[in-house]
Amino acid sequence: MDEESRELSRIAREIADVAKGMGLDFYPVHFEICPPETLYTFGAYGMPVRFTHWSFGKAFYRLKMQYDLNLSRIYELVINSDPAYAFLLEGNKLVQNKLVIGHVYAHVDFFKNNHYFSRTPKDMVERMAAHAEQIREYETRYGRDKVEQTLDAVLSIQEHVDFRSHIARRPENKGKRPKTSRTRSSFIEKYADLFPEDQTEEAKDTKSRREAEDLVGYLIMRAPGIEPWQRDILSMVRAESLYFYPQIETKIINEGWASFWHAKIMREIQLSAGESLDFAVMHSQVLQPARFSLNPYYLGYKIWESLEKEMGLDALFELREVENDLSFVRNYLDRELVEELNLFNFRKVGAHWQVTDTDWEKVRDTLVQGLVHGGHPRMVVSDGDYEGRGALKIRHCHEGLDLDLVYLEKTLAHVQFLWQKPVYLETVLDGKKVVFECDNGLVTRHQVGEEGEKKT
Amino acid sequence: MSDEIIVNREDWSLQRKGYLDQSRHKEKVQEAVKQQLGDLIVDESIILSDGKKAIKIPMRSLEEFRFRYDYNKKKNTGQSTEKVSPGDILGREATKGKGNGNESGAGEEPGIDIYEAEITYDDLAEILFEELRLPNLDDKKRPKISHDRPEFNDVRKTGLMANVDKKRTLLESIKRQARESHGLGSGRGSEGDDPRESGSSLQGLGAEPRGAGSNSQESGSSLQELGGEPRGSASNLQGSESDPAVVPVEPKRNLRITPEDLRFKTWETRPNFETNAVILAMMDTSGSMGQFEKYISRTFFFWMVRFLRTKYKNVEMRFLAHHTEAKEVSEEEFFTRGESGGTRCSSVYKLALDLIEADYPPAHYNIYPVHFTDGDNIGSDNARALSLMQQLVDASRIVGYGEILRTHYSSTLMATLKRITDPKLRLVTIRDRNEVYTALKTVFS
Repeated sequence: MDEESRELSRIAREIADVAKGMGLDFYPVHFEICPPETLYTFGAYGMPVRFTHWSFGKAFYRLKMQYDLNLSRIYELVINSDPAYAFLLEGNKLVQNKLVIGHVYAHVDFFKNNHYFSRTPKDMVERMAAHAEQIREYETRYGRDKVEQTLDAVLSIQEHVDFRSHIARRPENKGKRPKTSRTRSSFIEKYADLFPEDQTEEAKDTKSRREAEDLVGYLIMRAPGIEPWQRDILSMVRAESLYFYPQIETKIINEGWASFWHAKIMREIQLSAGESLDFAVMHSQVLQPARFSLNPYYLGYKIWESLEKEMGLDALFELREVENDLSFVRNYLDRELVEELNLFNFRKVGAHWQVTDTDWEKVRDTLVQGLVHGGHPRMVVSDGDYEGRGALKIRHCHEGLDLDLVYLEKTLAHVQFLWQKPVYLETVLDGKKVVFECDNGLVTRHQVGEEGEKKT
Repeated sequence: MSDEIIVNREDWSLQRKGYLDQSRHKEKVQEAVKQQLGDLIVDESIILSDGKKAIKIPMRSLEEFRFRYDYNKKKNTGQSTEKVSPGDILGREATKGKGNGNESGAGEEPGIDIYEAEITYDDLAEILFEELRLPNLDDKKRPKISHDRPEFNDVRKTGLMANVDKKRTLLESIKRQARESHGLGSGRGSEGDDPRESGSSLQGLGAEPRGAGSNSQESGSSLQELGGEPRGSASNLQGSESDPAVVPVEPKRNLRITPEDLRFKTWETRPNFETNAVILAMMDTSGSMGQFEKYISRTFFFWMVRFLRTKYKNVEMRFLAHHTEAKEVSEEEFFTRGESGGTRCSSVYKLALDLIEADYPPAHYNIYPVHFTDGDNIGSDNARALSLMQQLVDASRIVGYGEILRTHYSSTLMATLKRITDPKLRLVTIRDRNEVYTALKTVFS
């Protein structure tokens, strides 16, 4: 162990004691110092070891370029696991590392205590490494292009898994079991561990009026034409998506929490005058309100700060257990904060970006709307045997926002690649119901007229 | 669980994954370039600049498609360092990348990642020619007689005096003299640091010129024969290497060529098959052929010539313009002139056949007649055009017939020519710029 590592170990121990003394409760953390390439690789993949795909290479290129051009800097990366792993950028100053270590402990406290993380596997580092290994094996066995094509397709819908599948269904949907073929039920057994019991039932239950929330899960269970190895890839991507989702839905609250605590911790530990200045500079850089866009660190930090004033420090620990971004913003972003932070709504008007509202409730509601379902449109499977010819019908639960049509068509073709038979998608465009049909990779659009709409 | 806190530093230098996937992404961007080939090969900057310039095309990185909201219709939340009020303009569209509020994973917006892919003419040609093929290459007509053709591809120390490689000989002479003079001064300088190595090489060199002395008369004469040129260049060289520490050559000493310096070009004989090709470029220059039509045909011929040059030693091109009558014109005229009047395609087919008969015996030439027209042929001429075309097809490797049309009809001439079933006749219709690519692929497939 070199001198810097020894020194940092000592500091980490000291900061851990301070953090524990203040009430933070975290898993053990293993810190690793890495060079920029490595840290930015982890940043692009989200994990030290993950399967190979060009989209990660693209993300890596972008991150690395921003670093090379001095536009942005990732100081640390922390992995939600037990023990947790945190990666520190080689070349961080000592005081920067002190701040980062405090920040990391608060993140790990959040991972350990926030309810939304309670179902994420704590050994995901190893699981993802195993996925990578398995997918590499499929590449040698079935060819890189075929694997890539499958990954392209499933990654395009990776957000459409049911993140709340563990929440119990209403009782009236239980007990309805359709006849399933032998192969299918053995298949379901194979993947049963992926699905909580009621979820499995729902996926099987085609004729039910209920719509399946979990598009990827539905394809794993019921896509008629894909190979077992493709299903396996789908289920791996699904598992990884489920693992990452809590991080997506707690970005503001978690970054705010970590920033709130690193500031508190730094006030507790001994800093030289020079270090205090460096700390102040870095702290304000992290929390700097970006021009026009919203800095989640800053927004989260300000909400936590105002909550501390209002309720006292002890009450915050309870909130960090039960809230996610959506509830956090909806419940605690108030008039004072919206005005203090100069928040506003804007949209494109002609070729310009124009401020539309500054009214605090409208601003809050727009923000909340953007957080629903992780900011992704909600797509549900409404029929697995549409028009009796084995077609898949997906319904976009339109909530006031139209979809991007170019993206819709391309993504639909990906879904159709996995389903193999025709795929339909129902949505609303400019107030009119529209159905897109995709067959053999070709997308056509049907306006649903009077006669096309069936009354139920 | 141990509470031991560990800070570690490992050797991450083998971590190349990011770079590997990055290069895969790049590869896919290149594939996307390939898919744009149809647009790229008709680019004016290539066709009109004779293909010498590199062109740059902005290429977006590959998009990761998913279901997402229409960015143009979406409301966003932003933050400002100062008060704003409804109606304030934040920016124009160009800055939209920045305008994206944090919408939790809404992801990057179009227009952020642009790869500037530089495509050179050679890159483009390589990608394009990969797709093209010369059929009928093992045609019976391929000449069996070959005559040996010398190919100078080696340099040796012996050979015919007529084949002296002047440049290399002079270089050898200069090198030798530099070594000799260095040898004189070997007692001093840094070379002495490693006496064994430099010493032995110096001795070896020393032996050479001395042994060569006996032939000096002859080599001297050849030097004179080479005339003033080498002397002039020798003095130049001395001038440029006048730094005494480097080349301590005696100041007035002339450059001398010894037999050791002589280098001769040598050749190998290779069987040479007749690999000449001729393109008979035929174009309708009647009133109905406008700028667009000319540009299309020009683009087509541009790539055709370059493609055939990769296959044949010599590619000749003859330009035949026609309306109701045909005549041979210059290249410039071919692409610029326009005449009024009707169209009689048989006239140009007849002219082509005459040319073949006079200058290009099919037994020795690979003949590629290509005709561009808008197909607006005088109806009564079709029968004659058909029979002449049949003769052209018989004499040629491939015959291209291209109709450049902006309507959806095809002409009666096209319908007539379809009666020729010989696969050597390639019929194409071009309605749009980027169909040149398809046309090339149809003709050369």
